[in-house]
This record gives sequence, structure tokens and C-alpha cells, in this order.
Amino acid sequence: MKILVCISHVPDTTSKINFTDGDTKFDTNGVQYVINPNDEFGLTRAMWFKEKQGANVTVVNVGGPETEPTLRKALAIGADNAIRVNTEAKDGFQVAKQLANVVKEGGYDLVIAGRESIDYNGGMVPGMLAGLIGANFVTNCISLEVDGNNAKAMREIDGGKETVTTSLPLVIGGQKGLVEESDLRIPNMRGIMMARKKPLEVKEPVDASTETASVKFEKPAPKGSVKLIDADNVGELVNLLHNEAKVI
Amino acid sequence: MSVLVYTESEQGKFKKTALEVASYAKAVADQMGTTVTAITFNADDTSILGNHGVDKVLKISSSELENFNANGYASAISQAAKKEDSKVVIVSSSADSKYLAPLLAINLEAGFASNVVEAPSSVSPFTVKRTAFTNKAFNITTIDTNVKLVGVSKNAFGVKEQTASATTEDFSPSIPELGVHVDSVDKVTGQVTIADAEIVVSGGRGLKGPENWGMIEELADVLGAATACSKPVSDLGWRPHGEHVGQTGKPVASNLYIAIGISGAIQHLAGINASKVKVVINTDPEAPFFKAADYGIVGDAFEVVPKLIEKLKEFKAQQ
Ligand SMILES: Cc1cc2nc3c(=O)[nH]c(=O)nc-3n(C[C@H](O)[C@H](O)[C@H](O)COP(=O)(O)OP(=O)(O)OC[C@H]3O[C@@H](n4cnc5c(N)ncnc54)[C@H](O)[C@@H]3O)c2cc1C
Ligand SMILES: Nc1ncnc2c1ncn2[C@@H]1O[C@H](COP(=O)(O)O)[C@@H](O)[C@H]1O
Repeated sequence: MKILVCISHVPDTTSKINFTDGDTKFDTNGVQYVINPNDEFGLTRAMWFKEKQGANVTVVNVGGPETEPTLRKALAIGADNAIRVNTEAKDGFQVAKQLANVVKEGGYDLVIAGRESIDYNGGMVPGMLAGLIGANFVTNCISLEVDGNNAKAMREIDGGKETVTTSLPLVIGGQKGLVEESDLRIPNMRGIMMARKKPLEVKEPVDASTETASVKFEKPAPKGSVKLIDADNVGELVNLLHNEAKVI
Repeated sequence: MSVLVYTESEQGKFKKTALEVASYAKAVADQMGTTVTAITFNADDTSILGNHGVDKVLKISSSELENFNANGYASAISQAAKKEDSKVVIVSSSADSKYLAPLLAINLEAGFASNVVEAPSSVSPFTVKRTAFTNKAFNITTIDTNVKLVGVSKNAFGVKEQTASATTEDFSPSIPELGVHVDSVDKVTGQVTIADAEIVVSGGRGLKGPENWGMIEELADVLGAATACSKPVSDLGWRPHGEHVGQTGKPVASNLYIAIGISGAIQHLAGINASKVKVVINTDPEAPFFKAADYGIVGDAFEVVPKLIEKLKEFKAQQ
């Protein structure tokens, strides 16, 4: 089985979010980048397939040279090789188009992406990719097993979960649950050394237009300060929630 | 030309988000000088849609589409959009809508903006405001394609009522290869889900152990609320994974969010910030949650929560 794991390179979850150039650009100053958490679960599941079922695992990112350390980290965790499509990611559609080309050229059976990225939160790329290549698609995926051409997956739905059967080629949008939190791997020294020798191919982009454009960013309005209620006067909270906030 | 909106129902009844997206579609249609068409799957009585701005309902009754299927639903909605010559298609931010929307975008060659929080500031160029960086910022985006797809955030636009009525028409789309088949559904019934809840009561590591969740459940029960938890609580197995909220868990956009024994880490707050009113109960006055909350009580949850339950019961009895 050939697995492609899509890796989105995102600001660390603790990053302060600021903008520059008249609020049109994300301020990368002092920001640490990480593998998108949803993709980390996917990559770990891919490692399981590699070790238990003999899969070959490629990681891919659509982005500039600055994303290479993130791909190297994925190689250090255990992916066999990496591809960077050398173009700035501008919108979900343009990224999905690039990934569709990678899938077509590489003949992958299974594409593991994340439910959403934590920066732009489009939740678009995996579904669009599935649509473009005509693969089956399961998102909010919390478990995945593959047997030959058949796949069994579990998906989180509002208020519960459902079990589905489908077949390859398949794209999933993974999230926590795909593997346990405790199964996530931190690259060790040997992995890091080996990653240096693994192939990281830089691929030129195919022609792809965007469908949306970012005009500018805004920060939420500053919040007023908290109204404190004495612990001996809990009735006052009920009163405020009813008469002032009008939420009960 | 009409604006098409996908109005979700469950067991024949419309969800609140369906009425919210219908209201949103009406606002867009007014700006464009056109009408609203809703598409429904196996819904019973569609008259309520008229009261929320819908002019015409395309009613699909199909046993093949009885279970939600992203491919099947996306294809049906796309056929409806073509039939109505819709230039704008509106969906919600439910798990199902988020699942089908990217497939629909490809079907319709439509540019897609998800998590949109306001009516368009302009329809030409089509400009919307969406959340980005898990609620730490907003992004103003234009959709530049001929057909536009908008995913509306929950509880952002609100439900608007009008006195009008909608015509209905049966619609039988052709059904594609479904590709994904549901084997079994494991859903807690009779409980409010985090996605649908107006109020969410959430517990953190400050509650010490799973045996102490009785009071959280009772508080949720009195309020008709859903229960949720912080990430470590689900990682420790005190509560099911499905209750984990935050940046890497479920997003919460309720009217009221009550955080008990939760410190307010940035990853937690990012996922619940879209809630309108936030209450924190925590022993530590320095807990970061106090900076994000509207109301706070510095105190021990084991003393405050039982008192709160008692006061709420008195309040409910008077109502
Ligand atoms: C990549 C990444 C992603 C993450 N994603 C998420 C996410 O999606 N959601 C999430 O929640 N977290 C997430 N986290 C974890 C987050 O950083 C915090 O560790 C977590 O939110 C803390 O949970 P907590 O507030 O329950 O526990 P703690 O931080 O341990 O806080 C417990 C609080 O309870 C209070 N307390 C103690 N006793 C009492 C009492 N008797 N009465 C009242 N209060 C009491 C304490 O004062 C303290 O403030 C993520 C972390 C990382 C690194
Ligand atoms: N630039 C990118 N390169 C590779 N994969 C991506 C990229 N952007 C998004 N993805 C994948 O698509 C998922 C969802 O991202 P998004 O649609 O941006 O929310 C991510 O978790 C990644 O798996």
C-alpha cells in the first residue's frame, strides 16, 4: 500500500496571532511552526500501517522552502520520503489541485490528511482533493483499518460516532482518536540522523488558479473585564445570567 | 438565480441551524434582489422554513438517502443548484455540512468560504468575514468564482423570523455511487449534543476524578445543557473523547459556556471563544480563564456547584 500523508505547517498552538502590512499578512515574527496536530495523528497511524502491513509512507506539503524543517520532522518520525510542492499555499482549492497532481503521479492508494488545519481552519483540502481525484472520502475520522482494497473507518458525528465501510482509493480527514495521544512519537536522535539522508523531492507546481482571496485580517474586539461574584452569593450569578446576559 | 440553502433535519424535524442558515440566505437574497430556495432531505413539515425567509422548498424523499451520505447529498444539492441556476449556495457548520461542503464546491466549481460569521459586506465582489486561527482572528475573504459556496458558523448570524410562506416542489435528483456505507451508528439519545446545545457545562482537571462528574451532569440537566471537558480529562479517560472541546477537540459556539475547574489554556480557549457568554468557577484567581470570562466565581467547585444547582432549581421553579 502506498500512503500519502498531507502535512500542513502551522503556528504552534500557543502562538500569539498578529498581523503586518496593514493587517494583510500573518506576522511570522517569533512564531514556532509545528506539524498540524490533526496531521500528527494521521502520520502516526500511517507509521502503524508501515510497521504492521508493510506500507510505504510519503509526506507532502504545499509551501515554500520554510516548511522543509516540518517535513524533515515527519521523516524523523519515520516517513520514507517527502515531497514539497514549491508554491505558496493561497487557498484550499489551489492546495487541493497541487495535491491531486501528486496523488496522480505517485499512484497513492490512501491519502491521510487532517480534519482541518489550525491556522486557516478551512476544513476544505481533504474533501476537495477527494472530489478532484474521484476517491472515497471520510472526514472526522477516529479509526481506520485497511484490508486489501476495503477500508473500515469510524467517524465522529454530532452526538456520537458511526462505523462506515468503503474502499480504496480513499482520502481521510483524521483527528485525535485515530491513534491515542500516548502513541504520538517524538523524533529520537537516530530518526533525526536518518531523516537527513532520506529523499525530500521539490516538485514544481502545476497551473492552478485560486477561487478565493484574503483581503485582510481583523483581531477580535478586546473583551471587557470579568464580573466577579462572591462564592457565598451564587444566587447573584443566576440573577445576572437571567436579567443581564439573558442566556437562561 | 435564487440563493440555494441546505436546511438540515433530523428525523423529519428541522434543526435550529437550518433556520439560521435560512435566515442568512434571506439576507444574501435581499442584497442580490432575488429569492431563496431551500433543499430538504426527508423532512416532514416544511412550513416553518417560510417563516425564516424561504420562498420555495425543493423536497427530496428518498430511502437511498435516508442516512446522511456526503457524496449523495453533495450531488443532490449540486443538481438543485444547477436547476435553480443558483449563484450562491449556503450550508451550515454542522459535522455533516462540513463533510459535504468541499465535495459540493468541487461539483459546482464554486469557491468556498467556511466558518462565516456575518452577512456579506458586499455581493460584488462577494466579500465575507470568517474566523481564522481557531477563533484568534477573523479573515475578510472574497469569493471570486461564478458560483459561491458559504458555510455559516453556528450561532453567529442568528435566527430571524418573517411572516411569509413557501411553496413546495418535489425533487428527485439522480443518485450517484455513494462510496461510503454506514454500518452502525452509536449515538447517545435523549441527551443534548455539544453541537446543538444552547448551553454547555464543561469540567476540567480541577474536578479531581471521574467520580465527581455527578454534579456536572446534574448542573447540565437543570440547564438543559450538554456536558463537555478539557483535553487532559478525556486523555485520562475520565470522560469520553467526544466531550473534548478546544482547538484540537470540538468547537463550541453556544450561548452560555460554564467552565468548572478549567485553567483556561490558550488551546482550550481557542475552541470555546465563539461562545457568547462565558462563566468560570475556579479556586485560583490567577487562572487565565478569568481573563476570557464574562462572569467568574473564585471558589471551590465542590462547594459552589451544588449551591448553583440549588439556586437554579429555585429559579426554574419560579419560571
Ligand atoms: C497541541 C496541543 C493541543 C491542545 N489542545 C487542547 C484542546 O483542544 N482543549 C483543551 O482543553 N486543552 C488542549 N490542550 C491542553 C492545554 O494546554 C491544557 O493543558 C489543558 O486545557 C488544561 O486542562 P485543565 O484546565 O482541565 O487542567 P489544569 O490546567 O490542570 O487546570 C485545572 C484547574 O482547576 C482548578 N481547580 C483545582 N481544584 C479546583 C476546585 N476544587 N474547584 C475549582 N477549580 C479547581 C485549578 O486552579 C486549575 O486552574 C492542548 C495542548 C497542546 C500542547
Ligand atoms: N499546504 C498544505 N500542504 C499539504 N497539506 C495540506 C496543506 N494545507 C492543508 N493540508 C491538509 O489538509 C488538511 C486540512 O486543512 P485545511 O483545509 O486547510 O483546514 C490538513 O490537516 C492537511 O492534512
